[in-house]
Amino acid sequence: MTPGQRRAMFLIGGAGLVAFVVWGLLGLPGFGHYPGPYGFIINRFALRQTHATGTVSAVNFDYRGFDTVGEEFILFAAAAGVATVLRTLRGERERSPADQAADRDAPPTSGAVRMAALMFTGPLVVMGWWLTSHAQTNPSGGFQGGVVLATAFIMVYLAGEFLVFERFSPVDVTDAVEAVGAGGFAAVGVAALGFGLAYLTNFLPKGQVYGSVSSSGTIALISFFVGMEVAAAFILIVVELLDQTLLIRGGG
Amino acid sequence: MIVAVSTPFTVPIGFMDALQVTVLILIAAGATAVVLTRRHVHQVLALSVYGVLLAVLFLVFQAPDVALSALTVGAVALPIILLLTLAKTGKREE
Repeated sequence: MTPGQRRAMFLIGGAGLVAFVVWGLLGLPGFGHYPGPYGFIINRFALRQTHATGTVSAVNFDYRGFDTVGEEFILFAAAAGVATVLRTLRGERERSPADQAADRDAPPTSGAVRMAALMFTGPLVVMGWWLTSHAQTNPSGGFQGGVVLATAFIMVYLAGEFLVFERFSPVDVTDAVEAVGAGGFAAVGVAALGFGLAYLTNFLPKGQVYGSVSSSGTIALISFFVGMEVAAAFILIVVELLDQTLLIRGGG
Repeated sequence: MIVAVSTPFTVPIGFMDALQVTVLILIAAGATAVVLTRRHVHQVLALSVYGVLLAVLFLVFQAPDVALSALTVGAVALPIILLLTLAKTGKREE
C-alpha cells in the first residue's frame, strides 16, 4: 500500500468518525441541562431509604451495588493477571542488584524525599481509612479510599525502604486480604438472599442518625470490603512491578 | 426544581462559569502538552499533572467522587505503573 493510498484510507475513515461525533454532539442536551429523572428521584428518596447522606455511595453500594460487584471483580481479575504474567518463570532466579556490585553501595535516598514521603504516610492512612469506613457520608467509599491506603504503603517505598515495604506487605497476606475483600462483598449480597430478598438488597437495620457509620445498613460494610480489596490489589500490582524492576532476573 | 441556597460558601454569579471555562482551557493545554512531550519520563510527569487537572475539572463540575477517582488513578496509580515499567525496560535504551 502506497503512502497516498494510506492517507486516502485515513481521510475516509477520519471523515466518517468526525461525521458521527458531530451527529452525536448535536443530539446532546444543552450544557448544564440535566434531562433524566434519575438524579432527582435519588435526591428525593436516597436519604429516607438508605439513611446515607452521601447519595453517591447510596447509588454505588446500594441501588446499583450489582454494578459495583462487577467493577470490583474487574480489578480482582486485573491484579490476578498481573501476578500471573509477572511470576518468576522456570529457569529464572531472583537476585538483588547489590550482588552484582558488592563493592559499591546503592546511592541513598535523598533526605528531602524521605522527609516528604514519611510526612505524607500518616495523613494518607487517616484519609484512606476515613474514605473507606465512612462511605455513607463521603462521596467515594472503598474504591478511592483503597487506592489512598495503598498509596500510604507506596510512600514507605519512596522513603527508600523497599525491604520494609516488602515486610509490611508480604504477598501472601496481600493475596489473602484481597480475596477476603472481594469475597466479602459477594457474601454480603448472598446474605440478602437468605432473608428472601434480592441479591445485594440493603438488609441490615438502618439506624436513627442519618450519616453515621451504623445507620446505612450494608453500605458501610460493603465499602469496607471494597476498600480492603482495592488497597490489596493495588499493593499487589505495585509489589509485582517493583520486583520486576529492582530484582535482576535471568536464567541460570 | 432548583432551590437557591445562600451559604457562607456562596460565590459571585458568573464565578463558576469563569472557573469552568478556565479549567477546560487548562485541560486542552495539558492534554496537548502530554502528547507533545517527547522524553518518556517527562511525559509520565506531564500525564500526572494532567491527572490532577482532570481531578480539578471534575471537582469544578460538581462530581467529587469522580474527582477522587481521577486523582488516585490518573495522578498517582497510572504514573507509578508507567514509571516502574520505564525503569524496567528503559535501562538499555539510554
